Amino acid sequence: MKQDINFLFVGVGGQGILTASDITAEVGLEAGYDAKKSEVHGFSQRGGVVESHVRWGEAVAAPLSEKGTVDYLVATELLEAARWIDWLRLGGAILINNQRILPMSVTVGDAVYPPDGDVLTVVHAHTEDVTVIEGLATAERLGNPRLANTVLLGALSTRLDVPPETWLSVVERRVPPKYVDLNREAFRDGRNAVGMV
Amino acid sequence: MKTTGPSSKKRLLSGNEAIALGAWEAGVRYAAAYPGTPSTEIMPALAQYAGVRAEWAANEKVALDAAVGASFAGARALAAMKHVGVNVASDSLMTLSYTGVGAGLVLVSADDPGAFSSQNEQDNRHYARFGKFPCLEPADSQEAKDFTVAAFEVSETFDTPVMLRSTTRLSHSKSAVEVKMPTASREPGLLPPFERKPRKYVMIPAHARLRHPKIEARLQALAEYAETYPLNQVEWGDKRVGVISGGVAYQYAREVFEGFSFLKLGMSYPLPAGMIRDFAAEVDTLVIVEELDPFIEEQVRALGLGVVGKQFFPLTGELSLARVREGAIKAGLPVQDQSQVAGSRSQSQGEKPETLQLETLKPSIPPRPPALCPGCPHRSVYFNLRKRKMLVAGDIGCYAIGVLPPFEEMDMLISMGASIGMAHGAGQAGCPDKIVATIGDSTFFHSGLPELANTIYNRGVACTMILDNGTTAMTGGQDNPATGVTLQGESTQVIDIESVVRAMGVEDLWVVDALDVKGVETAIREATAIEDRPTVIIVNGECVFTPQFRRRPVVEVDPEVCNGCGFCFRVGCPAILKSEEIGEKTKRPKAQIDPLLCTGCTVCLQVCPREAIHQTSEEEA
Repeated sequence: MKQDINFLFVGVGGQGILTASDITAEVGLEAGYDAKKSEVHGFSQRGGVVESHVRWGEAVAAPLSEKGTVDYLVATELLEAARWIDWLRLGGAILINNQRILPMSVTVGDAVYPPDGDVLTVVHAHTEDVTVIEGLATAERLGNPRLANTVLLGALSTRLDVPPETWLSVVERRVPPKYVDLNREAFRDGRNAVGMV
Repeated sequence: MKTTGPSSKKRLLSGNEAIALGAWEAGVRYAAAYPGTPSTEIMPALAQYAGVRAEWAANEKVALDAAVGASFAGARALAAMKHVGVNVASDSLMTLSYTGVGAGLVLVSADDPGAFSSQNEQDNRHYARFGKFPCLEPADSQEAKDFTVAAFEVSETFDTPVMLRSTTRLSHSKSAVEVKMPTASREPGLLPPFERKPRKYVMIPAHARLRHPKIEARLQALAEYAETYPLNQVEWGDKRVGVISGGVAYQYAREVFEGFSFLKLGMSYPLPAGMIRDFAAEVDTLVIVEELDPFIEEQVRALGLGVVGKQFFPLTGELSLARVREGAIKAGLPVQDQSQVAGSRSQSQGEKPETLQLETLKPSIPPRPPALCPGCPHRSVYFNLRKRKMLVAGDIGCYAIGVLPPFEEMDMLISMGASIGMAHGAGQAGCPDKIVATIGDSTFFHSGLPELANTIYNRGVACTMILDNGTTAMTGGQDNPATGVTLQGESTQVIDIESVVRAMGVEDLWVVDALDVKGVETAIREATAIEDRPTVIIVNGECVFTPQFRRRPVVEVDPEVCNGCGFCFRVGCPAILKSEEIGEKTKRPKAQIDPLLCTGCTVCLQVCPREAIHQTSEEEA
């Protein structure tokens, strides 16, 4: 009997959340789980918040998990980590890409982007299992900011009982051939960032 | 995991991809759609299969009409649309029920509970009852594929159109589907000669009156068939609670009411009354879990059965595990409380289930409303409409963002094409404000054409702005009659909007470049100064997601010149940020531009009163 695992990917439209969650769902299927993935499209996507749920299990029913039951919350943006933290179960793991993307409400209005410290305080109140990853910096060092999510997936992969090769084979299927090597490198950097090879 | 043979493989498919695969497996030869979230991806997926002619139609009614023609001619056909698109197609749909089909015909209605990307969240199952045809509701991608195949069979067996109802959560979720690799390519030749059946296909009143009793008899036969239809299934469990559900709602119910008995309805119309009575007789409490309206519930109550339904579960919005669980607890049903669920999970991880007062800890988290993209050609339009204080009748498209800050420049929006008619009616009725209708290129061809003809014919005075960004942008960039490319990738006639408008007799016509801020303003000023006849402004500028879009050198702010007046923030560009530097006189933050987001459209440069923004170089970025 496979134990159920709930993932929630959150970030901003254009950050590649949907691809990252697609890959995670496919890895689950490859690893012998049933898997479902669900996302929000359309009007809500233009510069807005993007959320994508992935569930692994013996037989997954609902495509969305329930607030407070997410095992792995992957935030590709700092503010979104705070916005969605209630979805994490107490003691669940959160992986945060250390990147700030200012919402229009901040750039044109009076809304204030909370300081990093405030965001992390909220996150820490919910769980001790917090990993902040320099995904964007790593990706830029590799020469392409779009690799940030692969760095995050590398870090996430260290938490799951699935061989990294399975992750890499799915990543390779999903990216254009000329970017395969760079994605391998980004994935490895993500694993290294949390002290695993 | 089940092992699969070499000829088939489990693949993760979205509901929409699965519907397309099912349609292909069912031998569909013709399919058409108008793009609309959450239905859009069905048609591009279907276009990839050999032997299928898949098309973007000008609107949903045209899509259905074309599918009807294909069906009458003997080809299995499919039309796909979002829930509100069915309203557009409903004129044909209601009479299609009378004619029945030639070869099988399936209408996919992708509903949007929660209105994630729609102007309403209507429940289209009512169309099935209204039109007296069957409705199938798959609950995951495997069912989406299987039910599509089944829908064609039902369509032909009962000589009826069949509605396959999806929802956002089905269409845009991915789950495992057993995919059999195609063994042979399909090359359909010509169909057999058309079989003429005027009493069936030509709905003059005399024929319609003859068809109506047949439709009533068909519905009765379908209801009997539903009693043993394998897509309606009883799953016995604990009989203290029996749940009737279908579609994605079933998946939430299945988790919340784990271990109890289920009647899963694959066909939500017509209902199997006998099966429901038998099921109800076996269980202590009958529960109905369905999204949006009490569609099943009202029919079950009409059978004289008492149910736990919409008095506990929400009538509005999308269902979720939490909302179904909440309703069940309110109804006093024996389900697990979520806090217990979360608690037991953290206990299994060796932690105490503590409750946290997170709300008090949370900093206020600014919302992230959708915004026009950097480089969007709609920006100069709404900036200028606001500047000139116009009353704006809006339409369906990305430009609906014009209602949000910083523009807040849209006063009405209701349905596809309606901008022109609303602007016309308000003006004719004596509204003193200057009214402008704004409509996109795809929406103009969808239903703007008759609306503009109406304004011209009735001596209307409204100004219509056609925002031609070269694509159907909001649904992700589909081609349309103005783009010159079909869904199959063929090059085709570009229908030139300017020529169309001129041919309708509009002489007061401005054609302006969307990135010329002054030019757009001048056109609005001149067009709205004319008060005795209709005017049209065509605003040309490519959507940044079109292949023909070219970035230009990015612009930057000279912090020495910028004084923090904040004027450029009013163009609502995500690439313009507040700098750490504060303007001495204004005491407000100066502007800075994110070079990664900037596309070099220069709209901010053109509106800056101090000429503090300039282009970085003349070369292509």
